[in-house]
Amino acid sequence: MYALRQWSVRHARGLNAFYKGFESCLVRLHPLLRRIGYQRLERPVAALERSVKGVLFDCRMCGQCILSSTGMSCPMNCPKNLRNGPCGGVRADGHCEVLPEMKCVWLEAVAGSARIPGGMQALAQVQAAVDRRLQGKSSWLRVVRQRVGELP
Amino acid sequence: MIFEDEPVPGYPLPILAGHTSPGRFERVLRAGQFAVTSELAPPDSADPEDVYRRARIFDGHVDAINATDGSGANCHMSSLAVCALLTRVGYAPIMQISCRDRNRIAIQGDILGGAAMGVCNLLCLTGDGVQAGDHPQALPVFDLDSLTLLETARTLRDEHHFLSGRKISYAPRVLLGAAENPFARPLEWRAQRLAKKVAAGAQFIQTQFCYDVPLLKDFMRHVEDLGLLDKVFILVGVGPLRSAKAGEWIRTHVPGVHIPDQVIKRLAAADDPALEGRRLCIELVQEIRTLKGVHGVHLMAYRQEESVAEIIERSGVLNGRVPWYPGRDPQTTPNRMAS
Repeated sequence: MYALRQWSVRHARGLNAFYKGFESCLVRLHPLLRRIGYQRLERPVAALERSVKGVLFDCRMCGQCILSSTGMSCPMNCPKNLRNGPCGGVRADGHCEVLPEMKCVWLEAVAGSARIPGGMQALAQVQAAVDRRLQGKSSWLRVVRQRVGELP
Repeated sequence: MIFEDEPVPGYPLPILAGHTSPGRFERVLRAGQFAVTSELAPPDSADPEDVYRRARIFDGHVDAINATDGSGANCHMSSLAVCALLTRVGYAPIMQISCRDRNRIAIQGDILGGAAMGVCNLLCLTGDGVQAGDHPQALPVFDLDSLTLLETARTLRDEHHFLSGRKISYAPRVLLGAAENPFARPLEWRAQRLAKKVAAGAQFIQTQFCYDVPLLKDFMRHVEDLGLLDKVFILVGVGPLRSAKAGEWIRTHVPGVHIPDQVIKRLAAADDPALEGRRLCIELVQEIRTLKGVHGVHLMAYRQEESVAEIIERSGVLNGRVPWYPGRDPQTTPNRMAS
């Protein structure tokens, strides 16, 4: 899956655009989703999200996705879970201090962000500390509920 | 430089206007002095005298002493405990906090505890991965990262509440610092990362070892372009290399240390490599000092701590200034209550 993950970063621009469209579709579906019930949808949607994003990004299901702010490189693949930029231990060859066989997630994130319009500004935003309670939950459903104002 | 109210062990200095801490280190920085900090290798021992012995080596040459927090992911006496011992006798420690070993509950408690014991400076770090140290089987925590750690400390200090929102009755009055590595990739984004740290609350920066001044200059230019020079005090990391072999070992084994080939070659060609290493360090300090936006050096001389005095003396960066240390001014009497 590592190769696919790198493909995703190379195609960050297209994926980001697709993601934006997908998000709008989901938001439009909100009345329907609410009728079915977000509680009831949580498990199947999380399972779907896990498989799709697992393939594309090696998604770790942190439940608070920031892929469009990190150039489509999932920061939870960083062994230190860094969500605000690389640590100081990046090797001279651009690989990870902890996992020498892996390219630094953040080098990918900077490269991916440069491909997304507004990506570098998004990268400059300070990301809040992870809410560990959301681990394994669907980020898609959460985003919809945030967009329509159901969640803060 | 002598303040009219030099520290009396156990008594905080008054907080001056525009300062966030009652610490001597912030005063030196804001007075525009070229600051010198060093790093105390915490002992593998429970003997306080081991800490004091290691601190005394720096007497009269450093403005603050970093107490490392399991650096290199190796187990030693805790940063908080080293700081508590140092503040008892009046030293100005910089308490390093790494995100590797503790979650946000433990870290916030340590920040309050440290400040209560007189710690005026925090250095917020991500921390080395556990694979680098002597307990690779340990659980890496990384609940926060260095940025969210900075924000956490700033929230405690300026908003007087925990991350949970629960109020604290007396805020930790600390100067907030962070690390940066201008010599690691992505080089072109490192200054941006510094900008993020400043946005998250960093007031001073201590960098990774610098052996490559041209790279540092590029970085400082980026920092200036981002308009950060008057927003943060930058102390550049330096250190003497003992030999070409040591240099080679460090650059291959210590994450994030960049040592150019010509430095290794110069040491290899020297008759007395250790002396050459100190000479090189002095030259680096003198060159770094002239750079715009650099406010000091952070001298890391692991297992060569006794060389700090010589390097600082011979580089002349203190300009005759003698940083405070316990016993510097025998006439000072603890007869006043400060702040």
